[in-house]
Amino acid sequence: MAKRKLKRVDLIFSQDCSCKDILTEALKKSREEIIQELIDSGLKGRGGAGFPTGLKWKMAAAEKSNRKYVICNADEGEPGTFKDREILDRVALKVLGGMALCAYVIDAREGFIYLRHEYRFLIPKLEKMMETFHKWMDDFDLDFRVKLFIGSGAYVCGEETSLIESMEGKRGEPRNKPPYPTNQGYLGKPTVVNNVETLVYTMMIMRIGADEFKGMGIEGSSGSKLFSVSGDTHKPGIYEIEMGMTLEDFVKEFGDGDTKAVQVGGASGFCVPRKRFKETTIGFQGGLKGFSLPTGGSMMIFNSSRSMYNVLHNYLEFFEEESCGQCTPCRVGCQQLLKGIEAIKRGEKSYRYLNDLLRLSETMKLTAKCGLGQSVANSFASIVENFREEMIY
Amino acid sequence: MRTRESAVKAAVDKHGKERKNLLPILQEVKRFKNYLTRGDISDIAAEMNLSSAYVYGVASFYHFLDLEERGQNIIWICKTISCYMKGSKDILQALEEALKIKVGETTSDGKFTLLQTNCIGWCHKGPAMLINDEPYTELTPDKVLDIIDSYYKKL
Repeated sequence: MAKRKLKRVDLIFSQDCSCKDILTEALKKSREEIIQELIDSGLKGRGGAGFPTGLKWKMAAAEKSNRKYVICNADEGEPGTFKDREILDRVALKVLGGMALCAYVIDAREGFIYLRHEYRFLIPKLEKMMETFHKWMDDFDLDFRVKLFIGSGAYVCGEETSLIESMEGKRGEPRNKPPYPTNQGYLGKPTVVNNVETLVYTMMIMRIGADEFKGMGIEGSSGSKLFSVSGDTHKPGIYEIEMGMTLEDFVKEFGDGDTKAVQVGGASGFCVPRKRFKETTIGFQGGLKGFSLPTGGSMMIFNSSRSMYNVLHNYLEFFEEESCGQCTPCRVGCQQLLKGIEAIKRGEKSYRYLNDLLRLSETMKLTAKCGLGQSVANSFASIVENFREEMIY
Repeated sequence: MRTRESAVKAAVDKHGKERKNLLPILQEVKRFKNYLTRGDISDIAAEMNLSSAYVYGVASFYHFLDLEERGQNIIWICKTISCYMKGSKDILQALEEALKIKVGETTSDGKFTLLQTNCIGWCHKGPAMLINDEPYTELTPDKVLDIIDSYYKKL
């Protein structure tokens, strides 16, 4: 499979289209046509998990229920990600447009934007946009209203079932799946939970068509995506780039010439050392040879002055704090991994103890209930295996 | 003046007694004193016909539903690695010196509480912090002192 050269794209923030016009055209189509177009486009969820969006909508549309819900997941909390804030700040109407599309397709009358507490400053702006949006809904004769639901600070609530629990007035602890939210979501009703960026792309696909979208990126990872670039770079910020770039090209563009490693996908993602930049591609797994890494968009760049022990320590502190505590592998595992690397660093444990910790992280991957606990092993193993000496000395 | 009890009642009346409204109610009551007291928890529970253990369980799950006494303004400094790399430690130190408190403490005049938090989504403009709902980015020790001054002028 051919890798793509790094190519900048301008879809999400482009102002050359009216959201209302896109909706006017899209709502002339049948529900089935819209679903098919999304499936053909190959759009996958841009929050990081990468579930096919068209399929999600199709599943919710097939449910028979008097009430269905559309939820925009704006609980962006992955360290190193800030794209959803920027989208909501600059093009909120596109997000709302995507929600209207989904509502039309699955036949929902109510929608929510689950906004993380840290983005409360966006509330006045969003309320204004919602006012405009609700006028459009009247113009389209579409019975759909969106409300804001504000989070209160819990990383795990970015996981869709935790998010729903939290909206139901409970602790934000993940549910067992199945049932999936498309079947039994908010208040037990079929619910689509989509990431902010995903919703914007549904609108963009309505505008440019499935073929053009699929023409970008690589097989299995079509289209473009927003990347949040931070760390040791001369141009931190948000960039929309075609899927399928190699990390080598990425570092050439954004690195400071001394890049030692890139953390792809935040604390729950993977650390890639310099020697693997060439063979690593950014995209969802499958359909690619070599390493392909999915990401919700967080790209943290570290140069050779940085201690990877500090990086890992920071991530583990984060996980230990944010673990909801419901399942033992994650609750105890996060604590023990953190204590373990500290003990090795202090010389109280032999370096061989790292192997025990690696096995523990592997167990967490297999047994933790949700994505949080399962993905701790991603950063843990990729940092420990590639920077073992930094963990010890 | 509005009492604590009336704040609880007003919040429950506004959002409704169903359990699904618990988070918005807790958020609203929290704003009254900038944290939730034990009395708030049991009053909300009574109004909503839930056990206070349940309400406490929910409230204690979320970082921003503070259950300890807080000052009039809460400073949350981002402690994630990207802000750390840009010098969040110096910002913390500058604040600790200026306010004469350590992380987790409240100034003796009750104006500020200093806390740390996980990624607040400003990694490209670190170091960053929130004061109440307001984000401040690309901080320097000097800049942060000016910001604190501006709050003292407002108070």
